[in-house]
Amino acid sequence: MATFFGEVVVAPSRAGLDEEEEAREETPEDREIRREIEKKRYRREIDVLWSRAEEPLVCSRFIVAIGRNAAAFLSSFILDSVCWEVVGVVKLWNEWCRTSSTTNVLPTDSFCLFYRLIADPTVLLCQCSCYVAEDQQFQWLEKVFGSMQKKGLQVTILSTCPVADYKTQESTLTLVSPFLKALKTKEFQEQVCCPLLEQPNIVRDLPAA
Amino acid sequence: FLLLQPAVSVGNVGQLAIDLVISTLDMTKVGYFYTDCLVPMVGNNPYATAEENSMELSINAEVYSLPSKKLVVLQIRSPFIKNKYRPFCETLLSWVKSSKCARVVLLSSSHAYQRDDEQLLGTPLRYLLTPDLEKAVGGRMKELNWKEMEKVAAYPGISNTDKVLHIPGGGITKLLFTESCSEGIQMAVLLKFCSEGDNIPDAFVLVNYLNEWLQLIKSEVSTSNNSTDPSSQWKIPSSWRLLFGNGLPPALF
Repeated sequence: MATFFGEVVVAPSRAGLDEEEEAREETPEDREIRREIEKKRYRREIDVLWSRAEEPLVCSRFIVAIGRNAAAFLSSFILDSVCWEVVGVVKLWNEWCRTSSTTNVLPTDSFCLFYRLIADPTVLLCQCSCYVAEDQQFQWLEKVFGSMQKKGLQVTILSTCPVADYKTQESTLTLVSPFLKALKTKEFQEQVCCPLLEQPNIVRDLPAA
Repeated sequence: FLLLQPAVSVGNVGQLAIDLVISTLDMTKVGYFYTDCLVPMVGNNPYATAEENSMELSINAEVYSLPSKKLVVLQIRSPFIKNKYRPFCETLLSWVKSSKCARVVLLSSSHAYQRDDEQLLGTPLRYLLTPDLEKAVGGRMKELNWKEMEKVAAYPGISNTDKVLHIPGGGITKLLFTESCSEGIQMAVLLKFCSEGDNIPDAFVLVNYLNEWLQLIKSEVSTSNNSTDPSSQWKIPSSWRLLFGNGLPPALF
């Protein structure tokens, strides 16, 4: 893209970054750099630690709250230390946040914890207030769902998005917010408590995964 | 069957053109790619025409088909995750081979500002054919008077260096094309030079270019000015609404 000063700058493109570098032949320096990057990539591994490592958790209902607002909703209205117990934690690192394996967290921390309803141990809840990077989302998905024994599993995902991102014919200033929208799979037969999300709105990142 | 797909490239022109194809031909979704190479996204049916069909979930990589034309279309709806170009291309090409796909057509685009002086003149549309496809349809391209994508000097400014294929802003286009060449896959790349912006016109130009060759829809001759204007035959999907923001707040005025 040419600016009005006459210089050419590379404009950010919706196509993403050009990975042309990959096509070149590798020199010994390239190999060294690639090794270093692989080491750094290892730090982007996610660890899911369950309190009971021996058996996979049997799960019939899984509620996942992604983002600080959704996590706070669960903390305020659902979770308490009497009915729920911590059964797992996700340890991850990326450029935006780091979580640890401690289960004693403050609301302002970044964390990702799993709780189980003591009265019905097949009901699991996840509070994920940390940001899970693009390249970690799939991993999160596979590791969390992979360690569960699904029994007629119903998953509910709670998340928030800024109203400014909502695409609608009117201006978002006139909308009464906050408001709820939902997306559901064909298999979900129950009544949804709010209207469905209309096109052209979409959901991305971990809730989408 | 023929596999038609986009590259995630400058202006998302390939993807927009594919949207037009799926929407106009009313193609049926037959499957999806479960992949960790693309940023996850989900929404409701982007090709919905009425309340009843608007509730089907749609994700980032889905496959549609039209058996009557032996056409299979892959639509990609989100950007690639860093370092995942190669794994995706490898998986895609191995699927192309194992599913006995006869040929692949890739719709793409390239940065308009990278054109040299000669490319600035004339048509902004280009094509590329792998050697295996060149044998089959090279002649047809000549009949259509299409222009092949030029190779550029590996080191611009220095003469008599090797000429290489360079598709800036093309995303996975070059990788997929070079891999197909070496794997003996029949692949055609159709691309348009463009810039980021309102790329809907670019999508129409590209899809009409595709139609010149594949004749997916009939271009009707307009009786008023006796010229063929196929643009009006393509159906814009409902998800193209509001591409440039919401309505304005009345309080602004």
